[in-house]
Amino acid sequence: MVTLDDYKAGDTEWCPGCGNFSILAAVKKALVSLDKEPHEVLMVSGIGQSGKLPHYLKCNTFNGLHGRTLPPATGAKLANPELTVIAVGGDGDSYGEGGNHFIHALRRNPDITLIAHDNQIYGLTKGQASPTSEPGMKTKIQTHGVINTPFNPLAVAISLGCTFVSRGFAGDIEHLSSLIAEAVEHPGFSLVDILQPCISFNKLNTYSWYKERVYKLEDEGYDPTDRIKAFEKTLEWGERIPTGVFYKHDSTSFESKQPVLEKGPLVKQKYDPEELIDVMKSFM
Amino acid sequence: MKIGGAAGQGIQTIGTVLSKTFLRDGFHVFGSQFYLSRVRGGHNFFQIRVSDHPVQAIKEELDILVALDEASITQHLEEVQDGFVVADEAAVNDTTPENVISIPFVDIAKEVSGNKLFSNTVAVGAVFGILCYDLSCLNTLLSEIFEKKGEEIIEKNIAAAKAGYDYVQDGKFKGVCKFDLTPNPVDGRILIDGNDAVGFGALAAGVQLVSSYPMTPSTGVMTFVAKYADRFNAIVEQAEDEVAALNMAIGASFAGVRAMTTTSGGGFCLMTEALGLAGMTETPVVVFLSQRPGPATGLPTMTEQADLQFALHAAQGEIPRCILAPRTPRDAFYQTMRAFNIADKYQIPVILMSDQYLADALFTYENFDLSHVTIERHLLSDRELKKMGDYRRYEITDSGISPRALPGQAGVLVVADSDEHNEEGHIDQTIENRIRMNEKRLRKLDGLKEDMQLPIIHGLENADISLIGWGSTFGPLAEAVDILNEDEVSINLVHFSDIYPLHEGDIGLLMDGLNHTVCVENNATGQFAQLLRTELGFEVSDKILRYDGLPFTPKSIIRELEEKEVV
Repeated sequence: MVTLDDYKAGDTEWCPGCGNFSILAAVKKALVSLDKEPHEVLMVSGIGQSGKLPHYLKCNTFNGLHGRTLPPATGAKLANPELTVIAVGGDGDSYGEGGNHFIHALRRNPDITLIAHDNQIYGLTKGQASPTSEPGMKTKIQTHGVINTPFNPLAVAISLGCTFVSRGFAGDIEHLSSLIAEAVEHPGFSLVDILQPCISFNKLNTYSWYKERVYKLEDEGYDPTDRIKAFEKTLEWGERIPTGVFYKHDSTSFESKQPVLEKGPLVKQKYDPEELIDVMKSFM
Repeated sequence: MKIGGAAGQGIQTIGTVLSKTFLRDGFHVFGSQFYLSRVRGGHNFFQIRVSDHPVQAIKEELDILVALDEASITQHLEEVQDGFVVADEAAVNDTTPENVISIPFVDIAKEVSGNKLFSNTVAVGAVFGILCYDLSCLNTLLSEIFEKKGEEIIEKNIAAAKAGYDYVQDGKFKGVCKFDLTPNPVDGRILIDGNDAVGFGALAAGVQLVSSYPMTPSTGVMTFVAKYADRFNAIVEQAEDEVAALNMAIGASFAGVRAMTTTSGGGFCLMTEALGLAGMTETPVVVFLSQRPGPATGLPTMTEQADLQFALHAAQGEIPRCILAPRTPRDAFYQTMRAFNIADKYQIPVILMSDQYLADALFTYENFDLSHVTIERHLLSDRELKKMGDYRRYEITDSGISPRALPGQAGVLVVADSDEHNEEGHIDQTIENRIRMNEKRLRKLDGLKEDMQLPIIHGLENADISLIGWGSTFGPLAEAVDILNEDEVSINLVHFSDIYPLHEGDIGLLMDGLNHTVCVENNATGQFAQLLRTELGFEVSDKILRYDGLPFTPKSIIRELEEKEVV
């Protein structure tokens, strides 16, 4: 049996009170609940405070570049689909710098879970607007307030056919860990966008701000299989903010559609040298 | 001979069919292409040289010009010296010179085969008519090419070829057999271009993931691997952009398979960030960089060797890297396999540099020797891991190479980081760690230098003049030297395929023994000459630089040497 101790790692470098601690706890809990051995898990991250999360877990880690979480995660999953691949990024990482990769990962549908720490601010560079910042939010750069429309990751995901679209809240570890566990179990690309207060730089979307607004979809008898309704729910933001699974559907992953992988993981396959002679004949 | 016409007229098909027929009949063939960045229209051409001895470069003079469009006549008529020009009727008008023989390719095709689509085959037949060349080999080839399309299509093609042949033989060329081409069929010869050779080399090396964004002139490699991917247990993924392409390859390599990406200059610009990632995380990867003239979009379908200094320095910071630049398709096959072995041995990115000229140039060879295929992975086995105790991905070693395990191997965790990291792979920003890790990574170059191959010397030993070249220029340079040696000029060629790192000792010694040196490159600034200066402190005496988008020909090199009064 896998226990929380199996994933226990060293000290963290996050600000005291940061939402990242709850996300880390929820990830550990989810992996333990799924009985995943650390060596079976590959965490791929980008750059930012979120990108450090894999370092605070004992498992395989590829901490790559800012915004580039999904391409190496996809490559690794293709090479060895037996690995449980979890990508971790922030809102700038996943939706700004990595926006194009996010779109195309959704189109590919690899069996990867993206855990997006969405704190609506750039924390590591000390407080600029992010793609998901509230319009009107003033920062040292956006001195007149944010004027751009916020990126809606859940709506984009649903529009591109993502078959597991969810939102968690860093203030509710129990609920978040169950969402993450369900997302990891889902075959195909699964998104867990996490509302995560940044206590240092985001003075608007605080714990108390969220606690007044968030509610769980499942508490209201919501049906997560209706794609149109799910899309409507992604537009709900303000007085009430939904969390939980917005949309869920059976899925065939990117890897399952690769005929070559029917024979097993690429890492365990080799070619037959006789085939080379045949290729050479094509040049005669 | 040269076949000219607009894109979409099937010039490449004619060129390939002619080349393969000559190949099978025992001749040596060299083919090259010039094309524009458009799907239809424009003026393109395919040039073929046929010889009874090996040829690796194009000649400037033509014996036969096949003109499918008017531009073929206006642009290339002067290249025809005492030879034949056959033109499609549509390419001819009142101003066309009298020595141009017009042939109604389309009408003949419609008449004998019922469709103008067969006019290409009529043109092929006409060329063989001029050569008084036996059609049996061509007929066999046509049967193979159109096997899947059925007996009727085969018969129509064969009829079209014969009609073209007869039109020429019964008309103005009756009894004229200027060329003596006697077939002497041989087995086991192949005709291969640079891109296919790289793709073939990658398959032989066991590549299992190619993730690329299509870009001329590199796309052929991706296409070639895709064609055989299922049989070689490989996946070819068309990435959303070059950033994703290299990052995906790095992810796949990290997880344990051999991975590569293919691109050209502009795409390589986007890859530089990930190139640094490969260096920092010590993840092996092969980057195929097929050059074309820049900057920006430049001349997308032409040739240049102007990305060398960029490849040497691409990515922020200092990372160990290896650069190889194959000379010929044969070299490309072996160098591609070697690129994967070097990448795995040193856990570094290897940049394999080609260009449009090599990508599309067809060479004749005896079969490649597949007994030379070796796959050296340098991975820890489960048994070795058990004996090791604590595994550290970035263990400090004398060679700079750390033992490599893969994620998923039981009892071991692999932690890789783009941040500066400690031996365990975790972020470590302490000064002592930074110095140790940076030195460890760069130490790999010491070992790699020992593995690098010396330049080859072609022509006279201890010559008065040495041409220096790298990569795809080998063919024209070697032939220029051969021609000059025959004229009793004391000249040779020192040609590099292993570009970086250079071995100061061995290569330095070799270079010091040279007399008058002329560096010949397809760029405007002498980028390889710069490398020789910075790495070896070697100054070339002279440079011949070509940057008009076209490859060197032996004659163009000799002309420049004469103008510079070097010979």
